[in-house]
Amino acid sequence: MTAATIDLPTFEALQQTAGAEFVGELVDTFLTEAPLMLAELRATLAAGNADAFRRAAHSLKSNSLTFGATTLGAMARDLELGGLDPVLKANAQPLDALAREYSQVAEALTELRDA
Amino acid sequence: MHEARNDAARLLVVDDNKVNRLLLTRSLELQGHHVATAENGRVALEMLRREAFDLMLLDMEMPEMDGFQVLEQLFKDLQLRDLPVIVTSSLEGVASVVRCIELGAQDYLNKPVNPVLLKARIGASLEKKRLQDQLKEMVRRFATPEVAQDLQVSGFALGGKRVVASVMFSDIRDFTPLVESQPPEETIDLINTYYTLMFDAISSHGGVVNQMIGDGLMAIFGAPLPLPDHEASAVRAALEMIELVGMFNLERAAAEKPQIRIGIGIASGEMVAGYAGTSRRATYTCMGDTVNLAARLETHTKLAKRSILIDSATRKALPERVAVESLGPVEIKGKAAPVEVYSVNLAQQG
Repeated sequence: MTAATIDLPTFEALQQTAGAEFVGELVDTFLTEAPLMLAELRATLAAGNADAFRRAAHSLKSNSLTFGATTLGAMARDLELGGLDPVLKANAQPLDALAREYSQVAEALTELRDA
Repeated sequence: MHEARNDAARLLVVDDNKVNRLLLTRSLELQGHHVATAENGRVALEMLRREAFDLMLLDMEMPEMDGFQVLEQLFKDLQLRDLPVIVTSSLEGVASVVRCIELGAQDYLNKPVNPVLLKARIGASLEKKRLQDQLKEMVRRFATPEVAQDLQVSGFALGGKRVVASVMFSDIRDFTPLVESQPPEETIDLINTYYTLMFDAISSHGGVVNQMIGDGLMAIFGAPLPLPDHEASAVRAALEMIELVGMFNLERAAAEKPQIRIGIGIASGEMVAGYAGTSRRATYTCMGDTVNLAARLETHTKLAKRSILIDSATRKALPERVAVESLGPVEIKGKAAPVEVYSVNLAQQG
């Protein structure tokens, strides 16, 4: 993966406008919410619920871009636009890749928060 | 806590995503606004119907009720359709953005929302809302709620449409000697109390007072909004006006002030109702033979020494239990043939 896990200028701009302490709390919220979204993607894929799948991908995309998690955001966007079929055909592999990218993002955000 | 500036507004942030809600709330609070949040469209509409907000920031993708549905509901709701809405979303495709604007959203901001852009857009939207509110307040003060609503729904256009309605004219008997007998301050007080009572009686029966001339007034029942039973409503309003004047007279008697008496004329039928005047200054009114007749009947109350006179069209639509007395055909100025006139009997009403 060539793109940085977190785009630093985006993250720093967020800290500057919203305040570093607040962004710390926002990161905590994201780290609580994002695993729920990943689980929601799996559940809605299994249930064949395209609307809920799109919404979960949309939410994850939106939050990723907020923190500068550009790659995670792009992956979520692909899921939002592509829908259930390509993911089903690929045996849910895109969701595994998404989870791997998310662990890196979570790690990077935790570091940035504690910096 | 941030110091609330005097241009602080009450904003509603609607987003199903917690991170988005927190971040938007933070940005807006840093700008000095008061913020409430809702996690979906259904909750947002409930809040909007319960409390007053100056502006809503609306996400589109939401469970239960999405942003498009919220916009549709707002547009249908006369109380809420003027609320400025800024869509904050990361929708894919221009078509979705166009749809938001077509559904009445004022503006569209892509997420993640740029705080500087957010501030500018909110400032512009609030300023527009302030101007609109000022205009609405002026319309409210100088027009009735019914006319204000008609203006809001149909827009302003000079000219009228044909309606079937009842028109009422009323004024105070022997007002000139009364005015001459007392200081002008007392006359203003008297007129204000009198109008308050008359407005109350008329509007509680669905009528609209559209003109006040000195001690006289003109009211319409059945326009701009249709009113079933407009004839009976007008007569009931007239009876209540007489009753209220009676109570007012008791107070005046206690204060050793002279009594007032009013005369009321009512006619029903087809007329043209609409805005008359110029594009700069106009008034909602109605015109036609029916209107002239009502004015003549009011004048005739002096001669007939009766309080309420009605025409035969009004008489025919009244329920049996409303006691009326026929005064026979009466010569009315402006009418070629004599017209049937009826007096509504005050004593025998239930």
